[in-house]
Amino acid sequence: MSLPLEVSNSGRAEKALPLFLRLTQAGFGDRLFKKITALFAFLILFLAGLTAFTLWRASIPCIQKMGWSFLNTGDWDPVREMFGSVPFVYGTIVSSFLALLIATPFGLGISLFLTELAPKKMREPVAFLVETLAAIPSVVYGLWGIFLLAPFMRVHVDPILIKSGLPIFKGPSTGLSLFTAGVILSIMILPTITAISREVFEAVPNSYRESAKALGATSWETIQLAVMKPSKVGILGAVMLALGRALGETMAVTMVIGNKPEVSGNLLDPSHSMASVIANEFSEAVGDIHISALAEIGLLLMTITLVLNIVAHLLVWATTSKFQR
Amino acid sequence: MKSMKKTMIGALAGAALMGVSMAQAASLNGAGATFPYPIYSKWFYEYNKSKGVQINYQSIGSGGGIQQLTNGTVDFGASDAPMTDEQISKVKGGVIHFPTVAGAVALAYNVPGVESGLKLSSSVLADIYMGVVTKWNDPEIADLNPGVNLPDLNITVAHRSDGSGTTNIFTNYLTKVSSKWASSVGFATSVKWPVGVGGKGNEGVAGLISQVPGTIGYVELAYAIKNKLPYATMKNKSGHYVEPTIASTTAAAAGALKTMPSDFRVMITNAAGADAYPICGFTWLLVHPSYNSDTGKTVTDFLHWYLSEGEGMAKDLYYAPLPESLVSKVEKKIEMIKY
Repeated sequence: MSLPLEVSNSGRAEKALPLFLRLTQAGFGDRLFKKITALFAFLILFLAGLTAFTLWRASIPCIQKMGWSFLNTGDWDPVREMFGSVPFVYGTIVSSFLALLIATPFGLGISLFLTELAPKKMREPVAFLVETLAAIPSVVYGLWGIFLLAPFMRVHVDPILIKSGLPIFKGPSTGLSLFTAGVILSIMILPTITAISREVFEAVPNSYRESAKALGATSWETIQLAVMKPSKVGILGAVMLALGRALGETMAVTMVIGNKPEVSGNLLDPSHSMASVIANEFSEAVGDIHISALAEIGLLLMTITLVLNIVAHLLVWATTSKFQR
Repeated sequence: MKSMKKTMIGALAGAALMGVSMAQAASLNGAGATFPYPIYSKWFYEYNKSKGVQINYQSIGSGGGIQQLTNGTVDFGASDAPMTDEQISKVKGGVIHFPTVAGAVALAYNVPGVESGLKLSSSVLADIYMGVVTKWNDPEIADLNPGVNLPDLNITVAHRSDGSGTTNIFTNYLTKVSSKWASSVGFATSVKWPVGVGGKGNEGVAGLISQVPGTIGYVELAYAIKNKLPYATMKNKSGHYVEPTIASTTAAAAGALKTMPSDFRVMITNAAGADAYPICGFTWLLVHPSYNSDTGKTVTDFLHWYLSEGEGMAKDLYYAPLPESLVSKVEKKIEMIKY
């Protein structure tokens, strides 16, 4: 008699409990949390998609008028409504890669010094100072660029480069050039490279260094074998993040690049960049095609950034899988 | 005590009601040109102080102002370039242009040894900006400046890299005086420059001029004065050399009066008159021809106010007030606004 009652009792209890349990037990909260965070993540995808869609819609008039010639010609003439993007793409990519070329060795050098060689007391203050560079607004870099860096380049650096006789450095120089833009960008991306590669180097277990030293390696060999080699992927990640910043930089570049939409192999010639032309011309653009062409430049910049990021991830992926083997 | 409170509330409510029935919109929204922003913000501040009407103005650029007026998101727009017929046709109800002030574009330069008083003519200026004249001691420049020791130095041409009303005025002038410029470049807020480097904003161009020896560039007069840059004296239409000043800008506006269309959509570059500085232009408020009654009253009241009170404030901020003869013409135009 008592047995069935017990069963039914416990049955009732099981039925009554789950709702209560679902609300209070960690399981429900976890699932809810997962859903909410997933929503946030998809919101980002949605926003990126929406941005691309809006840009595409705004660039329809220009796509219809210019077609492919927007991508493979270099004429930018708002009066005659002829628009070609080549000089802007060229300026953006060349100045960004110049910046990487300058900033990567410096950035890696700084972080190696800070993690491997510098006395402990020095590390934090120096790292702090380098990272403060990242907090300076880019318009301040721009003003510094036009009043200090550009004249400095014109008077002190460019004449030496011109004397070198290399075909990529030809005078006369005004100080406003693709090269100056690369230099100012390299200063701006230096903290990104330094901060990330420092984290990466710090993550290398000390046992690696000790093993290298135990095998009789010098300091340089230790850095090479025990620190740099295992950090390859991280370094690549740092460089790619820096490239992202360089590609999209607007104010500082526009102040020193000279804003001349022309493709020139001479790095001391003025050039232009995609972000600059949008910032420069959008507010006073009155022609429909002109506005649309600027939107298409935006779309193109977004595409290029996306493609470069994908390439970077493929690179990282390729290096890691090789490394694991 | 209680009843007193009640009466007070009643009185307040009554006053508030009266305020409403006296019928002005408590605020107006406008957007557009950045060039006249300093004088406009002064006007809107003073107008608010004397009439209690708040006017919000976003200086987002002429293009943006026209766009917002077309979309109906603002009560009035502002532009440094007159709207084209095509643009006007897109605005529901149409647009009336009200010139507010004029501004001069100065040719500032940095030529070692020439501290002031460089003289230029329209043809030399066009040749410099076309890249034909490339040295400061070129005979074309030397002929205009006898006795001046011009150096054997490359000319660096500076221009605005951002779209601007200043560029529109400057290229409009070159288009009027040089057929070669007209056929190969033309005029607009941004153009395809044959030579030179671009600086962002007046400050960018002024920075280039002061930093790079041998540079010539065009900036708003106020910028050249404030940055203590020397600027050129230009040969005007009647053959006189005229310095850019507030007086010579107003003279240009007066000189252009005879040929001015009734809708005031005119570029006053290369204007007639012995004292007229040739490179200057108006800036306009863009107003609808009809409004609802509250907004209409406020808009027309402000238009009257700026013509009578506001013009006098222009000089302090280096803008040229409209000539008297034009003010009366513009004043009549206000009657066209229906509400």
